[in-house]
Amino acid sequence: MASTLKGEKTIPTRHAYGETLVELGKLNDRVVVFEADISKSTQTYRFAEAFPDRFFNVGVAEQNMMAMAAGAAICGKIAFVSTYAVFGSMRACEQMRTSVAYPKLNVNIAVSHAGLTAYDDGVTHQAIEDLGIVRSIPNMTVVQPCDAPSTRKAVMAAAKIDGPVYLRLTRIGMPILYDAGPDFEIGKAIRLRRGNDVTIVAIGDMVFQALDAAEQLAIEGIGVDLLDMHTIKPLDQEALLESVMRTGAVVTAEDHNVVGGLGSAVAETLGEHRPTPMTRIGLQDTFAESGAYDDLLRHYGMDARHIIEAARKVMGRKK
Amino acid sequence: MNREGAEVTTVAGAESSDIVRNLTRWTRLLRYDTLRMISNADSGHPGGCMSMAEILTCLYFEVMRVDPRRPDWADRDRFILSKGHGAPILYAALARKGFFPVEELKSLRKIGSFLHGHPDISAPGVDMTTGCLGQGLSAGVGMALAGRHDRRDYRVFVVIGCGEMNEGQLWEGAASASHFHLDQITVVLDYNKLQFDGAVDEVCAPGDVRGRWQSLGWNVLEIDGHDIPQILGSLRQANECRGKPTIIIAHTIKGKGVDFMENAFLWHSLMDNGLLTKYVERMQHELNSDPDRFYAQCLW
Repeated sequence: MASTLKGEKTIPTRHAYGETLVELGKLNDRVVVFEADISKSTQTYRFAEAFPDRFFNVGVAEQNMMAMAAGAAICGKIAFVSTYAVFGSMRACEQMRTSVAYPKLNVNIAVSHAGLTAYDDGVTHQAIEDLGIVRSIPNMTVVQPCDAPSTRKAVMAAAKIDGPVYLRLTRIGMPILYDAGPDFEIGKAIRLRRGNDVTIVAIGDMVFQALDAAEQLAIEGIGVDLLDMHTIKPLDQEALLESVMRTGAVVTAEDHNVVGGLGSAVAETLGEHRPTPMTRIGLQDTFAESGAYDDLLRHYGMDARHIIEAARKVMGRKK
Repeated sequence: MNREGAEVTTVAGAESSDIVRNLTRWTRLLRYDTLRMISNADSGHPGGCMSMAEILTCLYFEVMRVDPRRPDWADRDRFILSKGHGAPILYAALARKGFFPVEELKSLRKIGSFLHGHPDISAPGVDMTTGCLGQGLSAGVGMALAGRHDRRDYRVFVVIGCGEMNEGQLWEGAASASHFHLDQITVVLDYNKLQFDGAVDEVCAPGDVRGRWQSLGWNVLEIDGHDIPQILGSLRQANECRGKPTIIIAHTIKGKGVDFMENAFLWHSLMDNGLLTKYVERMQHELNSDPDRFYAQCLW
């Protein structure tokens, strides 16, 4: 059983992305990478050093970059586009929608600084709307792995998907959860704990808050069924429904606005197939601010303590 | 011509009269097809189709290396209609070239057809989905980079509209094409001076168009966009230019060839289908009775 590894080494998932790109580049010479002047941050500089003829820095021009990647992909390349989530999902949104998703091209949009993991850069760099935006575009696959090993597998898998993948990455370091863990498969949730009292569905960095919460709830005798829902689209409805049939109550946890993201996706499924009492942990339709990551999670009601409270409350609403 | 950028680059027309006569025929036919399609669909953008009729004819029927039997041929020249609302005349050119039956032109904008309101890659011969302005050149840059990496010698042609110069992304793409020295890219600016809401200079003046491209490092040619020898000459010069991309500023007339449509910005979109339908009928009659029997065989 996996658990959080406090005090141990952490790795930002963007680092895992940058390293995996180089491996991917060695395996397949069709892989090309587009970058918008932040290669030291997105970690694509590693690919640039290894494969200078397949790396294109377009400058601070994300819209141009997105459509360029579409042009390369339509000529047979496996394109990766790297920037921050704010720019990848919003500045270049219509380019992603019309030039990439509509013709269903193999353009993989790998974006760092997901949600509050951008912490002290402030609201301008904290993408809290992207999952909702990107998820609403047809043909998109949307993934946020929680740690470095699963990011590595997600990058490899994204390249093989014949269509666009939005890959959401963290600025800050994440503990290693899946060192020798289960096989990572896009579209398949990973059950981290099995329990029959309450389901917690988490994505990305919030998986670690959820793990903390589940451990503490276990001490109280509350059995948490914990799902790492790394793929928000297509959502693993089967795993979700199987879990809530046993537990009858759900908490979702995402580093994102509660509008449009994981909470919404789960609510859509449950609303149609099995209405279940639920609570959504995330930003409560508000912008955050600059600050330390842990301080922000606490202040905006997204840390383990708030997940624990939400779990207790939602269990009280079971029918 | 003067590549350093003097007043106007004149492009000599050294084409044989046979080639020009042949292209003139196709141009006339594409205009008919396009107007017939728009009239039939009761929707579309005729003005900007008419202004680029000669340009598309020269590209598809003389300059571009394409094979309608192999629409996915890896070495084909690529064409991107960045001003995607001009889709009908692109579809007409593709149909007449043989990418799909002319009969399909009747299905423009209808459910189940691959001839969508704006071009989509599901139509045979359409190389890039377009219609949201400003993106075509960026996609062309990506195609050219892919081709260079694959050591293929295909060229990438992008037709842009003048209203499109309002879009910031166009200039991002222009800078990239030059930065990466993509001499396989040729942009043709269909400079008809009108956009949806009125004159380009009144809606948002583009400034020194020639200077803007030159300052970004482009080879700039300037021609009369309805003069077939000039179009062919400029496209050939563009193909020969090394180290930088070329833009051909083609001065055109919106609605060219249709008396009530010429220079009338309201005909950017279909304004009066009664009027257009009567015009198409008259055009059909004229083509049918033309001594050149080529036209009569092509009517639909």
